[in-house]
Amino acid sequence: MRLFKIKRENLIPFLRGLEGFGELWGPVKKGESFVYARAKPEDFDMTALRTIIPAKKFFLPSKFTSLKFKDNRWEDDYRPRKRVIFGLHPCEIHALNIYHKFYTRLYPDPYYLRAKAATLVVGLSCIPDEHCFCYATGTSTVNEGFDLFLTDLGDRFLVWVGSPRGEDSLKLVEKFLQEASQEDIHKYVSWRKKRDASFRLKIDLDGMPEIVSFSYDSPIWEKMGKACLSCGTCTMVCPTCTCFDLEDEYDLRRDEMKRERFWYSCVFREYSMVAGGHNFREARSERLKLWYTHKLVGFMSEYGSPACTGCGRCVVSCPVGINVVSVVKALKNEETAALWVKMEVENA
Amino acid sequence: MPDRARIVRKYDLTEDVRFFQVRICDQEKVFPLTSTYSPGQFMMISLPYVGEAPFSITSTPSRPGLFEFCIRKVGRLTSKLFELEENDFIWLRGPFGNGFPVEKMIGKDLLFVAGGLGAAPLRSLLLYALDNRDLFGKLFYLHGARTPRDMLFREEFFQLKQRKDFQCYLTVDEDPEGNWPFDKGVVTSLFKYVKVNPKNTAAVVCGPPVMYKYVVEEFIKLGIPDANIYMTLERKMKCGMGKCGQCVVGHKYVCVDGPVFTLWDVKNIKGLI
Repeated sequence: MRLFKIKRENLIPFLRGLEGFGELWGPVKKGESFVYARAKPEDFDMTALRTIIPAKKFFLPSKFTSLKFKDNRWEDDYRPRKRVIFGLHPCEIHALNIYHKFYTRLYPDPYYLRAKAATLVVGLSCIPDEHCFCYATGTSTVNEGFDLFLTDLGDRFLVWVGSPRGEDSLKLVEKFLQEASQEDIHKYVSWRKKRDASFRLKIDLDGMPEIVSFSYDSPIWEKMGKACLSCGTCTMVCPTCTCFDLEDEYDLRRDEMKRERFWYSCVFREYSMVAGGHNFREARSERLKLWYTHKLVGFMSEYGSPACTGCGRCVVSCPVGINVVSVVKALKNEETAALWVKMEVENA
Repeated sequence: MPDRARIVRKYDLTEDVRFFQVRICDQEKVFPLTSTYSPGQFMMISLPYVGEAPFSITSTPSRPGLFEFCIRKVGRLTSKLFELEENDFIWLRGPFGNGFPVEKMIGKDLLFVAGGLGAAPLRSLLLYALDNRDLFGKLFYLHGARTPRDMLFREEFFQLKQRKDFQCYLTVDEDPEGNWPFDKGVVTSLFKYVKVNPKNTAAVVCGPPVMYKYVVEEFIKLGIPDANIYMTLERKMKCGMGKCGQCVVGHKYVCVDGPVFTLWDVKNIKGLI
């Protein structure tokens, strides 16, 4: 265990020092929300909770060229830039750990591995708002998956080193570091109690794998299907959604072909459609059922935990209120205000 | 990175299905790739500027050197493939998927049921079994097509029917020209010929989605256990490596956990067929 502290007034020079590793990115305000952006450390918003798009965008961008084809040869020149990402909360880091397990199993994804090697993750503690439910997914605290993790204790930050690379990066900012004392640990313990007491959203994911499985024929999927707009927002903002599509694009100017890889969504109609026009999931309800079974059942059996880290992005993003919270509550016959639950369906 | 391969032979099997024999250009890779795969695996075939899609391998690893595919002209990529001539290049990735569990089938009677294009992956396992005939018990192959003209590998099966060590039954739904010498009717009508030891039989089915239910009913009637009934499934796939997600069913990625599933998998994982 390597634990340090820095004074609050040293945070900005500390982050500036880390720029020696790579470009500095962090949460900045955009309209009513937050985004991860390349910015000066003084522009980072220390109160930011969930960003619109999660940090998965640093590990596999929403669109990039996976292969090029020119003069009868394939070429893979994807080289992500070196970056320091500041401000990742525990839910975000847990999601990246799921991402990591997923992209390194069986056929490790070379693009992911390159981005992973190029990215220094600097976590940051947070105080939940009314949409956070990471306590229910067991992801409110994180032990691995970061290089450095900062806990905001008011006049100081605890700096937890999580990797050898994190340890190396501290050489850039050595002059700001002090050893953490017993008093700092006490302060941390009371901060954590305060944090744990501030969750407002009540939800219990217990029993989720089997209740979703048993509810395969429940009318609630029909209700959801009736309300769903198939817009794909849920999958874009979900930090554990991994699906992508590939498409060949011709670049006239350079006379080369690019095989573009981009985020894709299982709620899109074409997702399960094969050549010839047969669609394995024609109905929106079928596609939503896939999303929820994959998140809450599939990942459980493959990885031992659900692929939800309680970040609340689906809660604030879905225009019709279909999200992990309302779906879990509906499956467990609990009260929810979500509009879609009131949809009329034939077999209800 | 896709491997370049040359089309060494092609000919039409039916009006819209063409047979392709291809050879990987990189000499070092030819033997390792074409001798080690399992029947039932597939490859991603790609044409730059057009795209990439999965295709069952219809050749057998017991006859290495070439990969064979039968491809129906049905979409953008396959239409382009049909424009290619012998000696033109295509690009391959793979082989992918679990394939048939050949080791588990050793010592058992084998019962194959193919419908239409479903003959493509089953031919791989059938030829493998015929090349290693001593490893298996009785061998029944039932194959149905709409009309004699639609029957894949028609001439090859006419030849194979001569072999005394396996039972091959062919049927067509309709015979507009009136010169079909074998059975008429749906493929399940051929089950009357089947004489296997059900408890020690591996049954394999591949065909259009509507066919599975009826064929599986026949397997169950024979008394073949769920875990010995195999089917190979079709899905949209983009990566073949369990990543892009487009083939997901429940928590299974058909491209790595399949495309071969048992009847138990199908009952257990909703939405597989």
